[in-house]
Amino acid sequence: MKDFRYLPDVSTLKLDEMACIGCGICEMLCPHAVFEIRDRKARIVDADGCMECGACANNCPSSAISVTPGVGCATYIIQSWIKGKENASCGCDCC
Amino acid sequence: MKKTMNIQPFPMESEPCCCSAAAHTPDSYERPGYALCSFVENFESTAVGMIPHVKTYLERSDHIGTILTRADIGRSRYKISAGLYCVGKPDSQSPVLVTANYKLTFDMLRKELQEISAWILVLDTRGINVWCAAGKGTFSSEEVCRQVKSSGIATLVSHRELILPQLSATGVSAIKVKKDCGFKVIWGPVYTKDIRRFLDAGMTAEPLMRQVTFSLAERLVLIPVEIVLLRKYLGWLVPAIFILSGISPNIFSISMAWSKGLIALVALLAGILAGAVMTPALLPWIPGLAFSVKGTLTGLFFGIWVMAESWRNVGGVGALALLVFTTAISSYLAMNFTGSTPFTSPSGVEKEMRKAMPFQAGVVIFALILWIISGFVR
Ligand code: SF4
Ligand code: SF4
Repeated sequence: MKDFRYLPDVSTLKLDEMACIGCGICEMLCPHAVFEIRDRKARIVDADGCMECGACANNCPSSAISVTPGVGCATYIIQSWIKGKENASCGCDCC
Repeated sequence: MKKTMNIQPFPMESEPCCCSAAAHTPDSYERPGYALCSFVENFESTAVGMIPHVKTYLERSDHIGTILTRADIGRSRYKISAGLYCVGKPDSQSPVLVTANYKLTFDMLRKELQEISAWILVLDTRGINVWCAAGKGTFSSEEVCRQVKSSGIATLVSHRELILPQLSATGVSAIKVKKDCGFKVIWGPVYTKDIRRFLDAGMTAEPLMRQVTFSLAERLVLIPVEIVLLRKYLGWLVPAIFILSGISPNIFSISMAWSKGLIALVALLAGILAGAVMTPALLPWIPGLAFSVKGTLTGLFFGIWVMAESWRNVGGVGALALLVFTTAISSYLAMNFTGSTPFTSPSGVEKEMRKAMPFQAGVVIFALILWIISGFVR
């Protein structure tokens, strides 16, 4: 997916390298290869590739990752501005 | 455990009508008030009851369903019952594949399972695909455990492993599943087309199987739904265009509403073509990072054509209005497409929208004023 890039420097992804135990789950699960394990620690190697899906943070055994997950969908975001995050939904039935 | 079902409560006279007269024609599974799903071949009698044995090939009705769903017809009802299914000759060693109850997802999985013996645990994701359901929270750790418990899968298999699609990790925590129902989550590949290689390789995925892609074909199948979803805008946009087109020195002219309105409608269609067809199709090759910028470029491309074609009929001011209008529509629709891509982050989309929307709104108002003026200056 290196040929698909979106806005840089926006992702809310954060990694606490101290807490990381180097299990490699994030490296395996991230569909955009954002992480790499080096010297038995996870490193963020492509922060701008992150789509904030939350898969990594959701499955990190030591809670070393934080990210504000969400749906990158314009209709959804407009609705969340108007109706608030809880009541928003996409126009599509997909999400 | 693997014996196929052998009861025929009300055997029909063995008159083969259309199907073969084998002992288990699908008819023999009929029950009053139930309809047999066309993808079920027969039933396996197991310790936890009859488990539907599903076909590993797609039939015409499946393909028709796929096409209709891709065009947004009946998409929200295109689901199957949650619960346990199977393929091949599954036994206590067979893998358990977990998936969503969106029929399209289920079809894509089962057609990859030829000659594989496996249990398929279908979650109730309200007929939504794996990726969206995980994001929305219906493909969740809780739902996995709920189906594990209600299906009785733990009595059918001796191992304690579930294979989940990788993209469900957004909604499922392997740690929680292990804690709540004792099953270990094995993360399968992103795409079902890789499931066979994944199983053959001893349940390991090559790095490429773990990455999402967004190929031309993947983008093209999304376009019909993008277009069909526009109907909610077109309902008021089209009448509004005709009304605005009729504003003239003598207040309102029906003939002008019609003639100018049709031209504006062409501009609208050009904007839709640019924003909802060209931009998705040519996505990686159009310059710009923000989708609204990409849409502006394709919009200008089509808008210039509209301008050139309409100049003689609506004058310079009108033609300029149409150029601006086409571009704004395209820019907005392109931005809307972010929701269908597997790489735009919500933070990014929100940032883009905060910047682009005031601009798009301003441009539409500008086009509107020009369009009304064009009714007076000729
Ligand atoms: S999942 Fe968490 S603990 Fe494991 S390598 Fe990644 S950051 Fe470190
Ligand atoms: S949030 Fe998703 S895309 Fe971002 S790093 Fe984590 S797994 Fe990768």
